[in-house]
Amino acid sequence: MKALRTAGFYLVAGLFFLWAVFPFYYAVVTSLKTGFAVMTPTLWPSAPSFANYVHIFELGFGRNVLNSVIVATLTVLVAGLVSLLAAYALSRVSFRGRSTLLVTMLGATMFPQAAVLSGLFSVIRGLGLYNTWWGLIFSYLLFTVPFTVWVLTAFMRELPQELEEAAIIDGAGPWVIVTRIFLPLLAPAMAATGLLAFIAAWNEFLFALTFTLDNTARTVPVAITVFGGSSSFMPPYGNIMAASAVVSAPLVVLVLVFQRWITSGLTMGAVKG
Amino acid sequence: MAVPEPSPGDARSQGMTLQQRRVVWAWVFMSPVLLALLAVALWPLVTTFLASLTDASISGGDGRLVGLSNFLHQGATGWGGVLASHEWWRSVGNTALFTLVTVGAETIIGMLLALVLNSRLRGSRPLRAAVLIPWAIPTVVSSEIWTWMLQQQGGILNLLMLDAHLIRQPIDWLSDPSLMLPAVMMVDIWKTTPFMALLILAGLQTIPRDVYEAARIDGVGPLKTFFRVTLPLVWPAVLVAVIFRMLDALRVFDLIYVMTGAVPQTETMAVYIQSHLVGFGEIGYASAASVVMFLIMALLLVAIIWSGHKRLLGESR
Repeated sequence: MKALRTAGFYLVAGLFFLWAVFPFYYAVVTSLKTGFAVMTPTLWPSAPSFANYVHIFELGFGRNVLNSVIVATLTVLVAGLVSLLAAYALSRVSFRGRSTLLVTMLGATMFPQAAVLSGLFSVIRGLGLYNTWWGLIFSYLLFTVPFTVWVLTAFMRELPQELEEAAIIDGAGPWVIVTRIFLPLLAPAMAATGLLAFIAAWNEFLFALTFTLDNTARTVPVAITVFGGSSSFMPPYGNIMAASAVVSAPLVVLVLVFQRWITSGLTMGAVKG
Repeated sequence: MAVPEPSPGDARSQGMTLQQRRVVWAWVFMSPVLLALLAVALWPLVTTFLASLTDASISGGDGRLVGLSNFLHQGATGWGGVLASHEWWRSVGNTALFTLVTVGAETIIGMLLALVLNSRLRGSRPLRAAVLIPWAIPTVVSSEIWTWMLQQQGGILNLLMLDAHLIRQPIDWLSDPSLMLPAVMMVDIWKTTPFMALLILAGLQTIPRDVYEAARIDGVGPLKTFFRVTLPLVWPAVLVAVIFRMLDALRVFDLIYVMTGAVPQTETMAVYIQSHLVGFGEIGYASAASVVMFLIMALLLVAIIWSGHKRLLGESR
């Protein structure tokens, strides 16, 4: 009976594993095929080649990767800095309106991006930021800032009160308390939160699609959807899968390496909050 | 607050108590975030509201005020505007159906996955890493990968199902009108179940092991243990995960835009708005649809926060 249950467990676990991993595996396999081999479904590339990878970079994919790296990195830096300060205020100081602000933050994390699409579009045009990195960074603060504030507030609440009291007695001001005492202690939390915000910015599609025009600022998710085939009668899946592998690989590696942090960041944002 | 009173000789206090000074600092520290949200949320929101009252469009509208006619007006051939648009309400219906089915399935599968991950048997650790992959891959990429796997010609899914004699003819998932929405839902379930599972897992891990031990000693079977012990204890965590996923599913865009484009069978609120704004350039009309979507989401959110205010805010008082 026990052996049967263990076997059942491994069967279910194995199915889940296959379910989670297979699509990405198959994308990588496809990206290594060329010509008509792409259209023949096999679980292993018979003649693996990096031709698709070479080809997408000839099409200017490098620029898209650069755009994505810069936009996501700057978004995380800006969001992280402003959120750290706000999280200190929200978690450590009791003041009137704090609960309202917290609820506003939570509400803002659920904000439907499409609902401000037209307004954001004209604001970005008005500021002269259309088709630039800054336009994307600006719009990405909409969904990163409330999230980072919320999660960092939850993390900061866990730190012991005594730390701060000791610092206050020693005459430390709020700025010193945040930068010298909380920042070092929060480093893992900041990393986890930053990583999640980075993934969100890296993967964003609706704003990137709407607020960019060409490769000047176009990020990878949008670039992938506009890839054409290398010839008109061949479906472009070899290229698309190569580009998909290029964008996903760093994320998959990050996620596997920082698994524990990511899980804690995610659950802090929801369960603990 | 257990903060010490400042000493009378403290020059910096300038007549304020420590607590008062801390409150001032709190607002100073809050101000960058408040400014940012004013700029990226409130300003565009107000702009959207204002645009919804105009006839602004790329094809000639000059932004004249037209009152509420983008929402509802009586034209020569009957009622017009977003609220009278059959297409709009169809996309609301699609969004609701999409949300119900995907979040429902994700909760059930996510619970099963969380139980597997929570077991102490070997192999649950590599599995935990593996299930993060669908979650981490950009939605656009998942959509492209699945579009490719679901192809009628050359799609591996059809091939595997043919080989296993599950089907006789390859299925055209993404062109058959009755299969498009289910196909898109399937991909969403694949992509977001891990998120659900991780949140439920966090809940499961707070249940002390001796609760199960006690149930086992009392001779309670595994199914009964699950429904009588585990489920009630993990329910709050499940509920929060469901709310998060629900609000996320209601704004679905990427998956549908990439896999099917704006077609009647799968068009959701976000896809409808984007295609009217960018595709047709109907700025005023698309803004009106945005306002309606915003109100729907805001009402829902207020209802959720109001009903679960205490729990969501946790210990923040």
